[in-house]
Amino acid sequence: MDSSVHFEANASSRGSRTRAVALAPRTRLLLLLALVIAAGPLVIPNAYFYDVAILVAFNAIVCVGLNLLIGHAGQISLGHAGFFALGGYGTALLTARYGVPPLAALAGAIAAVALLAFVVGRPILKLKGHYLAMATLGLGIIVSIVLATEDRITGGPDGMQVPALTLAGFAVQGERAWYWIAGGALLATVFVVSNLIDSPTGRALRALHTSEVAAEVTGIDTARHKLLAFVVSASLAALAGALVAFYSGFVTPAKASFLHSIELVTMVVFGGMASTAGAIVGAAVLTVLPQVLTVLKDYEMVAFGALLMATMIFMPRGIVPTLAALFSRRT
Amino acid sequence: MGVTDIARLALRGAGIALAFSAAAAFAQEPIRIGAFLSVTGPAAFLGDPEQKTLEMYVERLNAAGGVAGRKLALTVYDDAGDAEKARTFTKRLIEQDKVDVIVGGSTTGTTMAAVPLVEQAQVPFISLAGAVVIVEPAKKWVFKTPHTDRMACEKIFTDVKARQLTKVALISGTGGFDKSMRGECVKVAPKYGVEIVADETYGAADTDMTAQLTKIRGTPSVQAVLNAGFGQGPAIVTRNYRQLGITAPLYQSHGVASKEYVKLSGDAAEGVRLPAAALLVADILPDADPQKKVVVAYKSEYETKYRSDVSTFGGHAYDGLMLAVEAVRRAGGTDKAKVRDALEATRGYVGTGGVVNMTADDHMGLDLTAFQMLEVRKGNWVVIR
Amino acid sequence: MDAQWVQFVAGGLTVGSIYALVGLGFSIVFNASRVINFAQGEFVMIGGMSAVSLLIAGWPMPLAIGGAIVVATIVGLLLAKVAIERARRADVVTLIIITIGASILLRGVAQLVWDKSVHRLPPLSGDAPLQLFGATIVPQSLWVLGATVAIVAALTWFFRRTRLGKAMLATSHNKLAAELVGIDVKRVLLASFGLAAALGAVAGVLIAPIAFTSYDTGIMLGLKGFAAAILGGLGSFPGAIAGGLALGLLEGAGAGYVSSAYKDVIAFVVILAVLFLRPDGLFGALRGERV
Repeated sequence: MDSSVHFEANASSRGSRTRAVALAPRTRLLLLLALVIAAGPLVIPNAYFYDVAILVAFNAIVCVGLNLLIGHAGQISLGHAGFFALGGYGTALLTARYGVPPLAALAGAIAAVALLAFVVGRPILKLKGHYLAMATLGLGIIVSIVLATEDRITGGPDGMQVPALTLAGFAVQGERAWYWIAGGALLATVFVVSNLIDSPTGRALRALHTSEVAAEVTGIDTARHKLLAFVVSASLAALAGALVAFYSGFVTPAKASFLHSIELVTMVVFGGMASTAGAIVGAAVLTVLPQVLTVLKDYEMVAFGALLMATMIFMPRGIVPTLAALFSRRT
Repeated sequence: MGVTDIARLALRGAGIALAFSAAAAFAQEPIRIGAFLSVTGPAAFLGDPEQKTLEMYVERLNAAGGVAGRKLALTVYDDAGDAEKARTFTKRLIEQDKVDVIVGGSTTGTTMAAVPLVEQAQVPFISLAGAVVIVEPAKKWVFKTPHTDRMACEKIFTDVKARQLTKVALISGTGGFDKSMRGECVKVAPKYGVEIVADETYGAADTDMTAQLTKIRGTPSVQAVLNAGFGQGPAIVTRNYRQLGITAPLYQSHGVASKEYVKLSGDAAEGVRLPAAALLVADILPDADPQKKVVVAYKSEYETKYRSDVSTFGGHAYDGLMLAVEAVRRAGGTDKAKVRDALEATRGYVGTGGVVNMTADDHMGLDLTAFQMLEVRKGNWVVIR
Repeated sequence: MDAQWVQFVAGGLTVGSIYALVGLGFSIVFNASRVINFAQGEFVMIGGMSAVSLLIAGWPMPLAIGGAIVVATIVGLLLAKVAIERARRADVVTLIIITIGASILLRGVAQLVWDKSVHRLPPLSGDAPLQLFGATIVPQSLWVLGATVAIVAALTWFFRRTRLGKAMLATSHNKLAAELVGIDVKRVLLASFGLAAALGAVAGVLIAPIAFTSYDTGIMLGLKGFAAAILGGLGSFPGAIAGGLALGLLEGAGAGYVSSAYKDVIAFVVILAVLFLRPDGLFGALRGERV
């Protein structure tokens, strides 16, 4: 079936027997990513840069999942920050208030968010296009308001503290340790999602993206597949949210804000829809950019908006697909 | 080579360039002051005057020869009111910019995000935010300049009691400042014999509060209303209040102690009372008041340079900067532990917020006398004694 | 308790009219280009802030308002020309991100050109509250409601009786067919953005006396206007009006009768419920789907 390495016979034109070993794109991506992550500590000068790298990784986890929903399944969600925040709050509440061990709390929070996405997803995914956008937007806002208002449980608008993550009894501390955790989590995410994309499920998603009616006609249960993409992307968002909660030591309702949701969608589209590498690049650029632009002080917002517009106008398919097309035209 | 690689190399290059530029200024190591402020976003009302104040006074101090012969170097980052950004910027200040002292944290949310970092890195941090949780329990490296929201509640309830009123309705916004102050007021109310008879909320960006105020008006026993709010909401509340013809006394929080609030509320603000720092009434303070000189100077310098009304939040930044600078002077250098000890030993510092006396348990140093109870009369402040 | 509901309705209708005007802007742009213009809220902000600075510069009130509308319209036309037109072949999602970038850019420029403070415009006919059916409202609310009615009437005339209006309507039904009969769809796009910007500016100028204005008032208003347009059915003008008023009334009633803390949640829950029952909004045409 679909193996990650296949042999291409006879790539040469002159009769000599050349066999090219080609790696499937998803394996190439995984290897490249692993290489970048491993090379990180060689380049990173201090804890602040580790911090940015860790945040890039966490954002990338959400974006890879969101890309599955937006780029591959062709749906839209303007409320994914809600799942992100619920992952963080679920973990925070389980560890801080109920003394659940951190890893179990992480799993529990993700499971709870997946369940919520499953329950909410069925009716919501019946909507299309901008109406789906509004519905998910509304959901995200409802989550953020509830989190900010129920202050006896959630600590209110200023949020609550989260105890440290412990692995086998040792508290995970310091940016270096978290760097490897974040990198590992990202690799695992890319592995899972890439395999999903290259599987029959992934093909079904792409089919229903092109035309839901046609997909139904060929026997694909579009509702089930849309729901799957929705639940997977929500769970990944929750995972990232939980990890961020452990890493930064606090959660706030602002993590569920619609501005955050829009930021996530922007990362996916900016990097390139239907491209896992694009999702990672988008997350990286848009996480690092504000740190770089901050030297512009009062002009930061203007520069950011202008850059965003210019990039999308001149690279409408996003960075990675556009660059990939440029490079493939040359070869 | 991926885009991420290039980005990371560029970052490293930037870091090296920064290190070199710092080394070039080795002649006299500057005193590095770091700040993360909410210059944009929902708390821009706080962060904008804070940034302007810090920049202006660092410039003035440097023009006057610096502090103990060394220049001040200020690094300001805008966290836009986001706690996560504040955390990253604090890390940047500590690890990358290697600051000696941090003056910042416009809001409680952003401040609390930075607290674990400064405690771990052992860097003195003077917060510009209001909630009492910042200094209670006292954390070794964390100080603050503004009055706490609990003090504001106590000042207000003291006045309510003096007017022989007991039944107060609360209306507040959904932001961190509002919720925190509301919580404190609910806690301290019994101490002053005050009963909270209604508790309404509105969204920070809401444009009409008549529904909530109608409910309050309909509550039979209401004798006074307290709007624990901040931003533009309280001005709308004030206008709606008069529109609905509610005659009970209206109290606002120190969060709107500014000319802007009076301008936005117009005639509706007549008779509104709120607690505020002496800075707001600099001109009408008696000459004998210990704060008179400081607040008049700050007010005229700020208003001349920026051509806009002075604000108490800018004043908190002024106090924060001056406290830090004084501590460095007294510590004879920028050794962080010595500066921290010097900060804790601050006695009798006269600032825009009041007279500051810090102790090991009190890292704010103000008491209720630092607050004045003001009333709006014909668009101007009047001090209620 | 009885008179209270009149007050809730009065407040709800006032904010609802603002949402309606902003929602109209969303629908107009959507009709011409299938784009959700996330910078719509910024047009409202530009209208209000421009009027404030023109007034401070000494212009008389009517000229300041007119000038503000002109400024916003120019910005809208620029946005259409520089960004949207150039990217018109791109994916709808890409276009949305462009408008998001535009809204950030406009906010950034606004804080440089103006400041970060909150400002207010003087009301058109004074502040003295009026008593109407047991509720008190400020005269400016009547101006807002009245202007909304007048604008709806003017738009109806515009779309039915003028060439440009009919061209815009035709483009919204079927872009290709409109092009085939000789309609310059580029001009229609420009006109739509200009019109939406002008509408936004009018809304901004009208509410600045009640709800104030500042460099970031566009964010929330844009969001609520979008919700109003969707609730009423994206692309439908009576829908945007109905959606806006409904949203305003839901907020007022929610705050008054249920919980002021959760009034926005109530409003959004109702919107979600409506969308589940009528997936194309209240007045959205039940479209057949192209296979």
